[in-house]
Amino acid sequence: MTQETNVTDYAEPLVSIKDLEIGFQTGNGFVQAVKGVSFDIFPGETVAIVGESGSGKSTTATGIIDLLPSNGRITGGSVMFGGKDLTKASKKEIVEVRGREIGYVPQDPMSNLNPVWNVGFQVREAVLANNMAKSKKDADKRAIEVLQEAGLADAERRMKQFPHQFSGGMRQRVLIGIGLAADPKLLIADEPTSALDVTVQRVILDHLESLTREKNTALLLITHDLGLAAERASKVIVMYQGKIAEAGPSLEILQNPQHPYTKRLIAAAPSLASQRLKSTKVSVTEAPQGDEIDLAAASAHRHAVVDKADHAGAPAIEVKDLTKVFSIRKGGFRSEPFTAVDKVNFQVPRGTTMALVGESGSGKSTVAKMVLGLETATEGEILIAGKDATALGRAEMLEHRRRMQPVFQDPYGSLDPMRSIGAIIREPLDVHKVGDKKSRQQRVNEVLDEVALPRMIASRYPNELSGGQRQRVAIARALALKPDVVILDEAVSALDVLVQAQVLQLLADLQEELGLTYLFITHDLAVVRVVADDVAVMERGKIVEKGNVEEIFANAKTEYTQKLLDAIPGANIPLGA
Amino acid sequence: MLMYVVRRLLQAVPVVIGTTFLIYFMVFSMPGDPILAMFGDKTPSPAVYDALAAQYHLDQPFIVQYGLYMKDLFTGNLGTTFSGEDVGTVLARTFPVTLKLAAMAITFEFITAVVLGLFAGLRKGKLFDNITLVIGLILMSVPIFVLCFIAQYFVAIKWGWASPTVGADTSFSNMLLPAIVLALSLFTTSMRLMRGTVIDTRSRDWVRTAYAKGLPARRVIPVHVLRNSLIPVVTNSAANFGVLMVGATVTEGIFNIPGVGNTLYQAIVRGEGPTVVSFVTVMVLAYVAINILVDLLYAVLDPRIRYA
Repeated sequence: MTQETNVTDYAEPLVSIKDLEIGFQTGNGFVQAVKGVSFDIFPGETVAIVGESGSGKSTTATGIIDLLPSNGRITGGSVMFGGKDLTKASKKEIVEVRGREIGYVPQDPMSNLNPVWNVGFQVREAVLANNMAKSKKDADKRAIEVLQEAGLADAERRMKQFPHQFSGGMRQRVLIGIGLAADPKLLIADEPTSALDVTVQRVILDHLESLTREKNTALLLITHDLGLAAERASKVIVMYQGKIAEAGPSLEILQNPQHPYTKRLIAAAPSLASQRLKSTKVSVTEAPQGDEIDLAAASAHRHAVVDKADHAGAPAIEVKDLTKVFSIRKGGFRSEPFTAVDKVNFQVPRGTTMALVGESGSGKSTVAKMVLGLETATEGEILIAGKDATALGRAEMLEHRRRMQPVFQDPYGSLDPMRSIGAIIREPLDVHKVGDKKSRQQRVNEVLDEVALPRMIASRYPNELSGGQRQRVAIARALALKPDVVILDEAVSALDVLVQAQVLQLLADLQEELGLTYLFITHDLAVVRVVADDVAVMERGKIVEKGNVEEIFANAKTEYTQKLLDAIPGANIPLGA
Repeated sequence: MLMYVVRRLLQAVPVVIGTTFLIYFMVFSMPGDPILAMFGDKTPSPAVYDALAAQYHLDQPFIVQYGLYMKDLFTGNLGTTFSGEDVGTVLARTFPVTLKLAAMAITFEFITAVVLGLFAGLRKGKLFDNITLVIGLILMSVPIFVLCFIAQYFVAIKWGWASPTVGADTSFSNMLLPAIVLALSLFTTSMRLMRGTVIDTRSRDWVRTAYAKGLPARRVIPVHVLRNSLIPVVTNSAANFGVLMVGATVTEGIFNIPGVGNTLYQAIVRGEGPTVVSFVTVMVLAYVAINILVDLLYAVLDPRIRYA
């Protein structure tokens, strides 16, 4: 590799992007995704591009080293790197730059490693491709070194393992190792941690930061999380609809945003807001679709409401010593018991929100499934409005489900693409034989009004809707039966910040209006703070801490909760606004 | 993995019993009297007729006949043909020929499908893709006997590159022509499958990661696209292999190959019950064995697949 880095004048940018334009050939003609983007990255500097999905931030990043999907094309502008314009470079020249000069860490660790080759093979490939080793033995040594640097302590032992034997965090470390294998001058990290648990996210980002600082590697960080960007980067570029809305030093952007879009982003970020949402029914019904919602401004104490809640009557949900044991196959006829949920106890008073938080694998979704009756409990009781839900017959189960409805994480996967929105919302009414045809249609219109969707949407299909609209449809379907309890399993995790803010606001409004009780399953403590009254923290199947949200946030008793709290990106950045 | 193989073999037991029962029943129900057929134009005396019927258990009810036959089958006695030859001996003679022909044909089919499918997928919508599609469709639509006759006429008779029939000499070079004809008639489905999977695999995230590492296309394609695309093609080619093992009756007939298909066809025409049932039983076993082998091959291609 070249040693030029050391003698480069630091006033010279490492990469200089000028008026970059990128478009995609789609079924509906040519769509311009990036419309004239210009910025510089200096050696050793960390720059973050922030924006929602579709803003062109990932396209810009992949466009720099021509990793665009096959229908993508650079239509204008230049990317100057080492005196060469990469947009005009030949295939061979680009291959020379990739890996060796500019490393790349992709978004989703689950899909970015080839499942049929072992991890060692895939890292060694990166080492050999960039002439970092002479022989296979050297390459092996270098690969182990790279993985250890990326934070995989037992790298040597793991070289022969396959990606599916690794956790998400470990795979992301492998991908970071691959990205840095040839000591590139610039590392492009495209949402390197958004698929990971918050605590893992923090560890990975800390590690990435110290590695790049150590090696004086410049870092281009792509993220949808403004808090994370401000915390990690010295310079933030906010992208909106293919253009740069605003760019500048991170703190300045956060504390004194100029562009209205940046202001909306800051207002909507739950990690930057601090208090429980209250109903702002007026603003939601009057504000047209897609208008801004200010989580921070709408936040207020809900003590009054919570106190008013019916503490005298039986809690809406009460769980006693709930336990779930799965048997895991160990090959042959042997199996081994695995306790996913271990003697969990909690109560959710009527009309309040209880958040169940924890990392993936903590058992929180299994609790939700058992409460919904989709999974049978091994031991323990689930009392819904004082009635035991674990010992119900078929007819009673149907009635039980009528009063309790779920909303799931993925708004793309949980709606049947072959049925119209109206049919999807009506289905629970049909199943439970509520009213006649006419009154069911009437109810569909009612719930569409409740979730602030136009009635005409009933005749359309899920693929015609945006992610936020789909999640509203999923909520409408849950509300159709007038349930008392709604179980929200990561219901906002897949949404963009602005959309997430709208859905959270909608949930708060509906709770106030209909007196709903929510069991809110999430991994995101930032969201918990704005939606929940009480919180229970789960770790390895057990509830390690529970109580009032404000108390827990102010004064976490266990180390685990504190770790989760510290991991919220940007939580400690003071806001000027 | 041993457990898996044992379980799969146990699953084959009802399959074998079911198929033999069905075939036996169908042969039993065929019109015509097998004893009379043995004597051709002559008519046996009632005493001889009864003796023969007793010897072949033809005087017993169907279910007893089937039971006795199965007992013989599992003690290794496959019965005798009408010409007095042991069916086991006939199988031992014909089966290797068919196996060789099938192996040759499937090797050609697989290689053609993978190579053409790979390039068609990489050049999706381009001229090469369209040409292979049209040629493949033509070869698939033309009946196999037409392909056989065309190959025989041009390659063997007109140009003299091969002998028009195989006969007793079942060497590799002598069976090349029928094997290629079989491969041509079969490769289209596998090729289209390969093409589709390549197109899908090419846009997968790990392929982009491979490019991001700085690997040139000439390494990314074989290492990260080709291997990941093989499973559907292996499945399809293996199914084709199974079909060929049962005997490419038409092709074996036209090229006069002394294989299973040819012999079975003649046995059916003559109404030779024991020969037909024994052949079919062995074929079912072969088919089951190939499927188990293919399932085991998946684990080699994709380390995520583990059998327990």
